[in-house]
Amino acid sequence: MNNSLAVVLIASGIGYGTPLLYASLGELLAERSGVLNLGVEGMMLIGAVTGFWTVQRFHAGTAVALAAAVGIAALAGAATSLIHAFLVITLRASQIVSGLALTIFAGAAGLSSYLGNDFNLAANPARHTFHTVFPASWQGWPLVGPIIFGHNVLVYASWGLVVTVWLYLTRTRPGLNLRAVGDAPAAADAMGINVAAYRYAHTLVGGALAGVAGATFTLAINPQWFDNITGGSGWIAIALVIFAFWRPELCLVGAYFFGALQDLAPELQARGIHLGPTVLWTNALPYLMTIVVLVLVSASSTRRWLGAPAALGTPYVREEG
Amino acid sequence: MVAVPAASLVFAFFASGLVLLATGHDALSSYRRLFDAAFLNRGALGDTLVSATPLAFTGLAAAAAFRMRLFNIGGEGQLYIGAITAAAAGLYFGGSGGPSAFAIAAMVVAGCAGGAAWALIPGILRAFFRTNVIITSLMLNYVAGYLLTYLIFNSQSYWRQTIGFNASVFPTSKQLPNSAIWPAATVHVHGGVALPLGAGFAVLAAGLLWVLYSRTRFGFEANVLGDSARAARYAGMRTRRKILAVMAISGAIAGLGGASQDGDFRHTLDADPNGLQRQFYGYSGIVVAALARYNPLAVLLVAFLIGGLQNAGNTLQGADFPSGLVGVIQGIILFSALGGELLVRYRIRVRRRERAGSAPAAEVT
Repeated sequence: MNNSLAVVLIASGIGYGTPLLYASLGELLAERSGVLNLGVEGMMLIGAVTGFWTVQRFHAGTAVALAAAVGIAALAGAATSLIHAFLVITLRASQIVSGLALTIFAGAAGLSSYLGNDFNLAANPARHTFHTVFPASWQGWPLVGPIIFGHNVLVYASWGLVVTVWLYLTRTRPGLNLRAVGDAPAAADAMGINVAAYRYAHTLVGGALAGVAGATFTLAINPQWFDNITGGSGWIAIALVIFAFWRPELCLVGAYFFGALQDLAPELQARGIHLGPTVLWTNALPYLMTIVVLVLVSASSTRRWLGAPAALGTPYVREEG
Repeated sequence: MVAVPAASLVFAFFASGLVLLATGHDALSSYRRLFDAAFLNRGALGDTLVSATPLAFTGLAAAAAFRMRLFNIGGEGQLYIGAITAAAAGLYFGGSGGPSAFAIAAMVVAGCAGGAAWALIPGILRAFFRTNVIITSLMLNYVAGYLLTYLIFNSQSYWRQTIGFNASVFPTSKQLPNSAIWPAATVHVHGGVALPLGAGFAVLAAGLLWVLYSRTRFGFEANVLGDSARAARYAGMRTRRKILAVMAISGAIAGLGGASQDGDFRHTLDADPNGLQRQFYGYSGIVVAALARYNPLAVLLVAFLIGGLQNAGNTLQGADFPSGLVGVIQGIILFSALGGELLVRYRIRVRRRERAGSAPAAEVT
């Protein structure tokens, strides 16, 4: 039963989908405040390279080293997003161009590659990596074994994060204020909410989560460093926020769906099912499906902007007398 | 108009110098070597043109679309597809014994058509389903990259060399026949500088684009659409048709850049993931276009400067000149251009403050 295609795909979808989940939750928080950050891919790569650097250079027990690595990755991601925050919130620059600039600056041919090269990180595999939490015998249990008990701490933490973000947005005062800032900044301002502070804070948290998402690659999924290790996941995460109608619980579903897609073609091939050029399908399928789902979401015009923050992408200018 | 981009360049080199210093490099000597490798050394100018030519194409492609706030960031993929279709045309017509001009013309047409077709995918999705162009055009970059690699490394395609010992050991692409190789003019200064035919096409494309945007009704309408989609619709402009046309033009220019890669520089379809795909010409083109403030003629100049940077990065890459530095500098240039532009805009806003409705227009993404 645990070898059936569905179970294998769900389990691997959860594994591969975890960085997408972290990054999309972060982007969701930033967008809920009205800030579109297209720099997710760049921030993820910064998190990936700094997290990997930490486990290589910081000598401590595995648990401490990994915790430090995730912390450093989050800080580095937040620091990267600060550039975007300053440009679009304080200087009111175009969010689209600034986000693109952030990905060029930090991305596959930018700072992440520079740091990886300069610290010579590509030479060795990671000294510490995340492993499954529960004993191996549990993973043999039918269905729940691989799906529930077969993961590392980062996966379980992301489940907690989904609940936290959901509670934050729907049940807490700052969360409701955040939605006001994203939907009607002028009204929020009149209520006495500091619009700029909310936007800065949530852009930074978004950057931190993108950093953690990147570290998930270099510390768990593929514990090594090479340029462009995230391979476009940051962009899929941005698309996910749209598919999820800006709701955290749907981010989880979408992230695991796209995670499973990455494993679909090799899994089919292993079972002797050939659907044309396997290599091409394996690589290109997540990107093609992103386009297909995006078209489906945007074509159903009545639901197109359901959940989209009304002030997304526009700077807030207080009109003073 | 020149002050902001120039100041951005200066600031970017200052800020990147801090990155160099922070990682234990001597910034001044790095810059001196960068400048020498880009413009002063023997043969440097020719190498800079090799990098500047594709950047001019991708820069023009980005400028053409961004002007209408149609954020086509798929120049990278459109360039790959243009390279694929142009290589097919070159292999087919170049080997048929006809005149060289005919093979070259076929490559130009095929490259433009391939790039335009690839760009029309996000264009059509945007025009008919209002799908976000940024994400679809970017996703297609990855698909195009994998397709390019697949054609040579995982299949027995028309482009792949199947005869000979080398081909049986390592997957390679067919070499273009001589009549499909684009000629270059040599200027006899400083050890000889080769002016590739593609650079000529880029200048021509920039001129045409400039005329199109500043002297025709089409360009006027595209500019209005960029400034205010709503105003354009009230004025009866055809948004859908314009989106398709602009995406096709943008893709065609990027595709021509791909054709130039085949004909001018590589003389084969470069499918190596560490070859053409590691140059990131499409993404750097966005930097070029933004720094040129989407002005086609300025794109040529900026492409030359950024091309120098890219060429120097390729030449110097090594232990004390980590790869990625070029991207860092490019990113900071863009940041400072964005920040600088705001300073300009801010001055205007102060002067006519009583005018209401200063809210920025929503962007047609």
